Amino acid sequence: MIRFDHVTKRLGGRDVIRDLSFEIKKGEVFVIVGPSGTGKSVTLKHMVRLLTPTSGSVWIENDEISAMDGDALEHLRERFGYLFQSGALLGWMTVADNIALPLREKTNCSEKEIETRVAEALQMVGLEDEGDKFPSEISGGMQKRVGFARAIVRRPEIVLYDEPTSGLDPITSRTIDRLILKLNTDLGITSVVVTHDLQGALLIADRIAMLMDGHFVEVSDPKTFVASDEPEVRGFLDAQFISKQGLVTVHVER
Amino acid sequence: MITREPVYADVPTDLVSSIWRMTIVGMGEIGRAGYMTVQALIAIPLLLTNPRSRIVLVRQMYAVGIKSLPLITVVGMFTGMILALQVGLELRRYNQEVYIGPAVMLSLLREMGPFMSGIVLTACVGSSMAAQIGTMTVNDEIAALEMMSISPVRFLMAPRMAAMAIMTPLLSFYTCVLGVIGGGIIGLTQLNVPWQQYISMAMNIAEMRDLYVGLLKAMVFGIVVTSVSCYEGFTTTQGAVGVGRATRFSVVISILLILIFGYVITRLFYEL
Repeated sequence: MIRFDHVTKRLGGRDVIRDLSFEIKKGEVFVIVGPSGTGKSVTLKHMVRLLTPTSGSVWIENDEISAMDGDALEHLRERFGYLFQSGALLGWMTVADNIALPLREKTNCSEKEIETRVAEALQMVGLEDEGDKFPSEISGGMQKRVGFARAIVRRPEIVLYDEPTSGLDPITSRTIDRLILKLNTDLGITSVVVTHDLQGALLIADRIAMLMDGHFVEVSDPKTFVASDEPEVRGFLDAQFISKQGLVTVHVER
Repeated sequence: MITREPVYADVPTDLVSSIWRMTIVGMGEIGRAGYMTVQALIAIPLLLTNPRSRIVLVRQMYAVGIKSLPLITVVGMFTGMILALQVGLELRRYNQEVYIGPAVMLSLLREMGPFMSGIVLTACVGSSMAAQIGTMTVNDEIAALEMMSISPVRFLMAPRMAAMAIMTPLLSFYTCVLGVIGGGIIGLTQLNVPWQQYISMAMNIAEMRDLYVGLLKAMVFGIVVTSVSCYEGFTTTQGAVGVGRATRFSVVISILLILIFGYVITRLFYEL
């Protein structure tokens, strides 16, 4: 469904991603992990042409999105939902109006239907009482959940999540993970998740890819990923207290 | 698609290549800003067909027009007073003070009315437009709009441009009226020109063409200020520093373009 064909992106005099080729299947939950600054968000932004490859091409089924512009690009993007790291909510609109925005602007739904769908989306992310507040009146974590609701309210085919659980408490993080999984199983939505949260990744992923220095060092299902002998993967797993057998208990001496 | 991607290029090694680079980059920016302006102008009629867009337009007109009124009032009044005083002092040497009416009226209608309202709107509205859109750009809100397939030019720029195109001529006319009143007050109190004589001479000399050209100028200034401010906002990079830079550039470039367009329109409508 999403295909990278030898994509290289040069930013600020260095190759942030290098000759990257991979394919994400329809209905798959594909999780990209890796340390900060290795090009995870850059990879994600290429999938919707928020960035353009320096060389190579990005395909959404039979459409080369990396070469698209204008109405064709706008039309193709209607198939996507995108959760930004910061939530990216419009500050002068209430939470409910932010979620309703794509429905009001891009569909012919009646106001009543929009209200119903916004209420459903708010309930899904546990913010049913916050609809009338402005983004500045809610916490960063709540803003992210509103961003999540806005990304899925139009029921897109593909949802891209940029750090969906960063800055959230563990309980809310697992709620978000379960929502991603539910959308995938119930509606068959293809999901691409960029995250540092390996525990969440292991919970939801069909495949996990580890990005280091602009290329994937491991792409595998969660079980194989945990058992990987790649030194970069092992280092990343060890840092989050995950051994080949699973989560380990650590004793910290003070 | 609004390009926010930074463009990296090798540092020019000599003066010629540096000037060449600046020319190419400058031409590219003018082209992109012009294209964006055309897109916004094309989107304006669509605003009027959608009830929600009409509400946004009215809000923008309020922000541009009503909120600028206090400053415009002071600027208009004092511009007329200064004009009357400066011209009156010279005319008094020839005992021709009665001509301050025509002088103030023509200066305001043809040049000072649109110019002063353009400058006030650049400072009050253009700078805030650039800062608001710039902040939205660095916070990924513009990217979020694009991801929702909502054109930021249609959604953000078109209502602002329509509001400026409507309100700048109105504010310019208001500036002229207050300026004429201010000039009259100076004439009456300091140059002993009776109010009736001041007004009748001013009205006799003014032609409808002066009013129309002045209003056209004001409308063009409104469009120019919106284009520059929104373009600077949409192309903001590098966080808070970038927002500050965009705001400064929007004011500087708007003022320069107001001067240039002011000259061009005057030259088009008035033969030497």
